[in-house]
Amino acid sequence: MNHLFEYVLRLGDDSLILGHRLSEWCGHGPVLEEDIAMTNIALDLVGQANSLLEYAANVEGKGKTADDLAFLRIDKEYRNLILVEQPNVDFGHTMMRQFLFDAYRKILFEKLLESGDEQIAAIAAKSLKETKYHLKHSSEWVIRLGDGTEESHRRIQNALDTLWRYTEELFYSDEVDESLRASGVLPDLSSLKQEWTNYVHAVLNEATLEIKEETWYFQNGRQGYHSEHLGYILAELQFMQRAYPGMEW
Amino acid sequence: MVEAKKIWQYLEEVYDPEVPVLTVVDLGIVQSVDIDGERVEVKITPSYSGCPAMKRMEEDIIEKLNEKGINDVHVELVLSPAWTTDWISEKGKEKLKAYGIAPPQDEPDKSVLFAEPIVVPCPKCGSKDTKLISQFGSTACKAHYQCNECLEPFDYFKCLK
Ligand SMILES: [Zn+2]
Repeated sequence: MNHLFEYVLRLGDDSLILGHRLSEWCGHGPVLEEDIAMTNIALDLVGQANSLLEYAANVEGKGKTADDLAFLRIDKEYRNLILVEQPNVDFGHTMMRQFLFDAYRKILFEKLLESGDEQIAAIAAKSLKETKYHLKHSSEWVIRLGDGTEESHRRIQNALDTLWRYTEELFYSDEVDESLRASGVLPDLSSLKQEWTNYVHAVLNEATLEIKEETWYFQNGRQGYHSEHLGYILAELQFMQRAYPGMEW
Repeated sequence: MVEAKKIWQYLEEVYDPEVPVLTVVDLGIVQSVDIDGERVEVKITPSYSGCPAMKRMEEDIIEKLNEKGINDVHVELVLSPAWTTDWISEKGKEKLKAYGIAPPQDEPDKSVLFAEPIVVPCPKCGSKDTKLISQFGSTACKAHYQCNECLEPFDYFKCLK
């Protein structure tokens, strides 16, 4: 297995799938400003996916492009977190999913600035600036909705209860991470979970929301085992390239 | 052989399609111009990862230089060092304001939640009594504001550091 390819694919697929999910809000936002905000964030994520998948294709060295990787793999070949493929449900649910992910991404990118791989460090530096805006946006909404009306509190607490079982996977680590750590591509990520937990707890506390620990956590996305939702995303994402291979417009 | 100085002058004629008062030089996305015999290489850096105008600016640079009789033009997109709004020229900031877009101000770090709002003067009437409508505006690089004095809604070219 090409460990560097595998790792960059994981980062790229997180951006691609979440970016696609968020883009489903286009034209459906609760207010115009949020419709625009969510599609702007989706655009940043798809842009990040483009840089990451282009690099992954390069590392793989089989002459593929970012588009080939984005549009022409089957579900078991996607390496994204199960969290990011979860449905939008409602605005609160979408913001909670975004918040749990953004907090992880921001801390991860801060650490990847120290990556021994020049291209990973460059993409992290570029993406971190955008991710700070995303995290600020999602954190503020989690607090407003949690500490808002009875209805908004009920809905976003519900979102937290549903999504918490996908958070352990953020810190999933296997031989890919270990070998890249040994070769100096990855910096020390051991404090990632603690830093994420500190930040997430502080915001949830401010939002008057409560974490209910789970007995089972999903964490197989990195190996290509996904929830039933990914297939539907891919059906929409890939339709054009599958029906009309190589199509451009 | 063409001089680099000349190329930079030509680049001052290539505009950002989304903010058409700014040239690619004002915007600060041109990293370098390298000349090797007849071959000209221009390195540019994206403002935002997903900025749809980047591809267009790449093509416009090639087209403009071709128009000036330079045929062997290569535009390379580089990610590092990452672009920041600090690279927008002073002239660029003045042009933004005249166009009705408030130029980037010094902002506190984004990790501060509910930070004191920054003052973004209205580009129409100059009033400092304005309010943030949304951090995300008409394009990736802008936030949406409104003036409390003249009531005009306006774009703010947000700070990216
Ligand atoms: Zn005004």
